[in-house]
Amino acid sequence: MSIAVRDLAHVRAGDKGHTVNISVIANDGGAYEQLVRELTEARVMALFAPVAKGPVRRYELAVLGALNFVIENMRGGSVTETAALDIHGKSLSGLMLSIKLFGNEHECA
Amino acid sequence: MVRKRLRIGAGAGFAGDRWEPAVELVERGDVDVIAFECLAERTIARETLSLSRGLGPGYSPKLEERLRAVLPGCIAKGIRVVSNMGAAAPIAAGRAACALAAELGLPDFSCAVLLGDDVRDVIAARPELMLMETGEPIESILPRMAAANAYLGADAVAQAMAGGAPLVLTGRIADPSLFVGPMMDAFGWSYDDYALLAQASTAGHLLECAGQVTGGYFADPGVKDVPDLARLGFPFADVTVTGEVEISKVNGAGGRVDVRTCSEQLLYEVGDPSAYITPDCVLNMGGISLTEIAPNRVRVDGASAQPRTDAYKVSVGYFDGYLGEGELSYGGPNAVARARLAGDIVCERLALRGFVFDDLRTDLIGLDSLHGPGEGRPEPYEVRLRVAGRSTSRLAAEAVGWEVGTLYTNGPSGGSGDYANVREILAVQSVLLPRKLVRPHVETVSAT
Repeated sequence: MSIAVRDLAHVRAGDKGHTVNISVIANDGGAYEQLVRELTEARVMALFAPVAKGPVRRYELAVLGALNFVIENMRGGSVTETAALDIHGKSLSGLMLSIKLFGNEHECA
Repeated sequence: MVRKRLRIGAGAGFAGDRWEPAVELVERGDVDVIAFECLAERTIARETLSLSRGLGPGYSPKLEERLRAVLPGCIAKGIRVVSNMGAAAPIAAGRAACALAAELGLPDFSCAVLLGDDVRDVIAARPELMLMETGEPIESILPRMAAANAYLGADAVAQAMAGGAPLVLTGRIADPSLFVGPMMDAFGWSYDDYALLAQASTAGHLLECAGQVTGGYFADPGVKDVPDLARLGFPFADVTVTGEVEISKVNGAGGRVDVRTCSEQLLYEVGDPSAYITPDCVLNMGGISLTEIAPNRVRVDGASAQPRTDAYKVSVGYFDGYLGEGELSYGGPNAVARARLAGDIVCERLALRGFVFDDLRTDLIGLDSLHGPGEGRPEPYEVRLRVAGRSTSRLAAEAVGWEVGTLYTNGPSGGSGDYANVREILAVQSVLLPRKLVRPHVETVSAT
């Protein structure tokens, strides 16, 4: 059964020039472990390819139970020069929430 | 007199923020200091331009309105006000504040003004400085430079507060430092005590966007609900001389303060959480824990920091051409195909007229304008075409909205609700400037 990031975590996006950071904060310890396993830099990069060239870097905050993704080189340039509608990339929290994960059942298969 | 505790509130999180929560903090929040953060990345360059063109005062256009709402209460209660609303003209802002205080009949008013963040001359003399974003020398953008401001630190804010003025106005300050400065002033902390600066900077970072830690930018109906969001209150921090930090809000104010809201704000606009660089320290968030010790009250523990770097970050604002936009909506059967055809036509007509763009894009709002194309998304009932072009030519930028407008009688069927806009692009990049080249200093402005 497939689940999405939004079933395991809450998310906020912010910008810093050409990069966007998106925090993924796990709902509990089990969710954090699953996110660490499955929500990899490669998984995020694949979904964000239409809006960013990358690379994507992931930082783990075990005490807080959160991951911080830093996504570089937004297509169209930085917040101050892009022609995009969402100049800050702040709506990208929604894209992160929609990423599908596989769940434990898939791992056992 | 050195205090044991300080309660510092956040009165604004950006230049366009609401008024009521600051008034609530002053009237019912029992705060000692209230800080208004009103200077986003580009704002200061905008104000520098508007000043040089005689279109504005150079300081935050809402300064008088904001201060009028809180100053009488602050003076009556001895609450000190700190803000970066000075923007590109801190002295003029101080004079305006003094004139307002006189009008309001506030006695013995003065304003400490922090200067020294404007480093245009220093930057102009160093074309070899490397831009952090592109790695190229700054030389190429110097002829188009509109503003260059160093992010000053908490030491400078504390210096401005030391004279006891009820109001401190600054230009560019690192957002957390706007809150750390009053703590340093109140507690007499050493600027080299990194354990204290770490906790204080964490508090400042949590407060700097005001409502974003009390439930703003958080609600997801049915998933993450926020009580009374319409009356969202702004936060305050209770800080002790030993660096204990608790975040809360006024009793009865809308919103929520808990581990979830604080976690989201802690990581907001953060790169590497183990090295969050401010002018005051290099903050490590890796050990930070958040604990709900009472309803709407979160305790912050475990921040640590490495010594500050030997450079100030400087934001350099410069002209980067024009952005032209046009929009038109389509609804009903085949709306997406009609909007796509319309976008293609606009791009073709712009090319036929010989206009050149650095970037020309079409979006279908409702389908792909935010997150780009994605698989498996249903086709919406209605969409809004948006065409946006960036160009060094103002004429080219103006033509974008014009050609969207001509779609009415020259495009696909059923387009309606047009909008067109052209704006000058003020881009921002950064350089690092050795600290010794920047000289923060304080001037006091008094009512005459």
